[in-house]
Amino acid sequence: MTASIRSLAADLRQGKTSAVELTQEYLQRIAQFDDQLNSYITLAPDRALTQAQAADERIANGDASLLCGIPIAHKDLFCTRNLATTCASKMLANFVSPYNATVVERIDASGAVTLGKTNLDEFAMGSSNENSFFGVVKNPWDLNCVPGGSSGGSAAAVAAELCVAATGTDTGGSIRQPAAFCGITGLKPTYGRVSRLGMVAYASSLDQGGVMAKSADDCAILLEAMAGFDPKDSTSSDHATTHYSEQLNESIAGLRIGIPRQYFNEQLDPKMTALLQTALVELEKLGAQLIDIDLQQTALAIPAYYIIAPAEASTNLSRYDGVRYGYRCENPTDLQDLYVRSRSEAFGEEVQRRILVGTYSLSSGYYDAYYGQAQRARRLIAEDFAKAFSQVDIIASPTTPGPAFGLDSKTQDPVAMYLEDIYTLAVNLAGLPGLSMPAGFYDHRPVGLQLIGNHFDEATLLRTAHQFQQTTDWHIRRPSLISGGKA
Amino acid sequence: MNWEVVIGLEVHLQLATQSKIFSGSSTRFGAEPNTQASAVDLAMPGMLPVLNEQAVRYAVLFGLGIGAEIGQRSVFDRKNYFYPDLPKGYQISQFEQPIVGKGSFTVTLSDGTTKTIGITRAHLEEDAGKSLHDAIPGASGIDLNRAGTPLLEIVSEPDIRSAEEAVAYLKALHTLVTYLGISDGDMSQGSMRCDINLSLRRRGVSEFGTRTEIKNVNSFRFVERAIHSEIERQSDILEDGGVIIQETRLYDAERDETRSMRSKEVANDYRYFPDPDLLPVVLSDETIEAIRATLPELPEAKRERFKKQYGLGDYDAKALCDSQAMANYFEETANAGGDAKLAANWMLSELAAQLNAHNIDLGQAPVSAQQLGQLIIRIKDNTLSSKMAKQVFDALWQGEGEVDAIIDQRGLKQVSDSGALEGLVNEVVAANPDQVAQYQAADEGKQKKLLGFFVGQIMKASKGQANPKLVNELLNKALK
Repeated sequence: MTASIRSLAADLRQGKTSAVELTQEYLQRIAQFDDQLNSYITLAPDRALTQAQAADERIANGDASLLCGIPIAHKDLFCTRNLATTCASKMLANFVSPYNATVVERIDASGAVTLGKTNLDEFAMGSSNENSFFGVVKNPWDLNCVPGGSSGGSAAAVAAELCVAATGTDTGGSIRQPAAFCGITGLKPTYGRVSRLGMVAYASSLDQGGVMAKSADDCAILLEAMAGFDPKDSTSSDHATTHYSEQLNESIAGLRIGIPRQYFNEQLDPKMTALLQTALVELEKLGAQLIDIDLQQTALAIPAYYIIAPAEASTNLSRYDGVRYGYRCENPTDLQDLYVRSRSEAFGEEVQRRILVGTYSLSSGYYDAYYGQAQRARRLIAEDFAKAFSQVDIIASPTTPGPAFGLDSKTQDPVAMYLEDIYTLAVNLAGLPGLSMPAGFYDHRPVGLQLIGNHFDEATLLRTAHQFQQTTDWHIRRPSLISGGKA
Repeated sequence: MNWEVVIGLEVHLQLATQSKIFSGSSTRFGAEPNTQASAVDLAMPGMLPVLNEQAVRYAVLFGLGIGAEIGQRSVFDRKNYFYPDLPKGYQISQFEQPIVGKGSFTVTLSDGTTKTIGITRAHLEEDAGKSLHDAIPGASGIDLNRAGTPLLEIVSEPDIRSAEEAVAYLKALHTLVTYLGISDGDMSQGSMRCDINLSLRRRGVSEFGTRTEIKNVNSFRFVERAIHSEIERQSDILEDGGVIIQETRLYDAERDETRSMRSKEVANDYRYFPDPDLLPVVLSDETIEAIRATLPELPEAKRERFKKQYGLGDYDAKALCDSQAMANYFEETANAGGDAKLAANWMLSELAAQLNAHNIDLGQAPVSAQQLGQLIIRIKDNTLSSKMAKQVFDALWQGEGEVDAIIDQRGLKQVSDSGALEGLVNEVVAANPDQVAQYQAADEGKQKKLLGFFVGQIMKASKGQANPKLVNELLNKALK
């Protein structure tokens, strides 16, 4: 179907289909394909059909936005009222929040239909979606490969057309990397652009909710519904939002695109270099100007990130103590036992690893050497980008070192897994917006080109990707799993 | 004693905001457990703190009130530890960059001398909940109503040298914060709690001894007693050649002793770091000046003004300025009655005694400042003797109406007409020839005593309404 939001919205208005029919169609597709992918943790068919009915009424009344009646999914890190929010953890397997995340609230208000909650790495910690209490998610392009993570469920669901678009969250690449691996478009907005209220925290200073869909156009429409100041999130920005979806058709002629030497160096797989080079040439044809730049502090990103993120995570996850909600061990003998066993039994290995690393790096005596030093590195990285943006409008880089890797190929080597995020982490550390768009195939597996923008300049990223998608078709290719062999 | 005591106090002051420091829940005291705990207070997944600006204003007011440096950029940190009454597993507090920096505070001691006590800092933080150990059989309950209540922790320098100084400091602090309106200062409800850091050193020695910290003492009296008992404990140990262990202790008021908390977490590592959910608090000069403009007249300034403007002595001025309500009441009474000295006397004797006897605050007193002022007018114009005035005051207290109406109803007018009184005097003198003879034979000392007899008879004959001063004059004349 490869249906865009605009085409579906037109169909809905012309009566070619209804929101209820569309919802049923997507629920059927999920029933058909998701056994193989495991992209959803929770489905909400009744709730979705109720929403769809309401959407049909709004459309009939002529009081509907583009998103009204469009079936979407939420990463299961966003709290949804009366619908389980598990964070893919045993800890919250039984948790139903009494409130909606601001993102959910806003998307609900647009009239979109929520099909369910998508799988992820537990508490968004991971790059392969193999750290889920609810099982691994598989890549629709190759069932032997990971979909990326942590928003692997959202990426796989969009790629396999088990929803039109989905929300994701990105702390170190968790939207962009799975988007690249699954051949879709994903945008992590500027830190503060999208409210974090009700989005379960992993690393608060890095977490940002964003959008995943086939095209930049779809991403723009979904982002418009989500973005904006939230007085209940002190770190959300009151910087004005723009109508992202209305600026997509402006030409990118004259756009200055920075190409960081440190990203396209000899360490990058030559096949990746060649693929991405082709994409860059495409952008040049559209009138963009490619300018070599330096991002000298890039090497600091991985160590800084893997200090800061676990440090924040270690305290963000302290609230899961078995006292008020969530998992509680059986027959605790005393308070200490309640804490230790509840947390040891319910947190997965990677979550425990990050809690331990974070606790260590915040300890007195180590704080300056680790957390303090990482914060200094973070500032250097931000300054590096600020300098680059005095010369260029956006920056282009690989999203990942390569295409999706095999299931279980890196689970025994956390550091190899962490290196997967080498091109995406710095963007979170600097709080910048980053987008990944499909840019070709590497042995039948998609790869992505990352576009990095200046603060609050999501519009330019979306416009560049949209222009690129007007002359390329990578983003509308379909995995053989769902196309019956026809790409 | 060979030992000099060194004390520093940490006061946890509950700020009088309507809602909590990081959530919209009410801070009202005494509600059913967990009825004032929102998703934020319960640390539900995805919940975020939003700083209550009123708490910031109150903290700044305090800083300005003690002339302290105001942190133009202050930062909230997470203080990490596990405890069931701490839902997030960390307390949001301020560590390296508090909102109020160095300041100082001068207190007056009972001998009239003053003492200046340094304030190291004051920072904002959230209170924890409460564990209820006897509410549920066989289990502990958690009440999170208090979790997230805004606290200002005020840390003094180790400048305090006695229990008396400690209590004077706390009382002065209490007066200041109630003047500022930033706290109700109600110690019985835990609005002001105090940790006492105490050590001893040999007189003349400049290094501090090892200190202990006595946690959560919640009344002036207990502070005084806890200090005395801890001084005794430490000096006993030191006199015997022992050493003081640095530890946290609790004051047990029933046994009047401090006790080690014997906590396993002696070397707690709180892993402080800036809370990424909150932005630094940045205060512009304009904001600080705007808050300064709302500062009320502070106790010290008011005392000085009362002395100058109303001619009050040190004692009266201090007593009347202990609370702002008292000071306001005084000014209203003095203005209404036209006599500041009488107003002060009546407030500090009759009114204070009644408030004490009924154990109520001035705000609940049934006698208004206007009424007391009216009473003073009637004393000054000789309508009422002081004895009658007391009767009228009691009637006012009982709610019997206005001053003049009470005077009329009770027929309490003092007779100051010398013509009328002269008749009475002469009658009494004529009716008691023996006493007159005794009087005339007596020496001056004895005469005074005997005079009382005649005054009593006359007052009785006048049904208490004779002006005693006039009666004395007339008697003196008649008995010569």
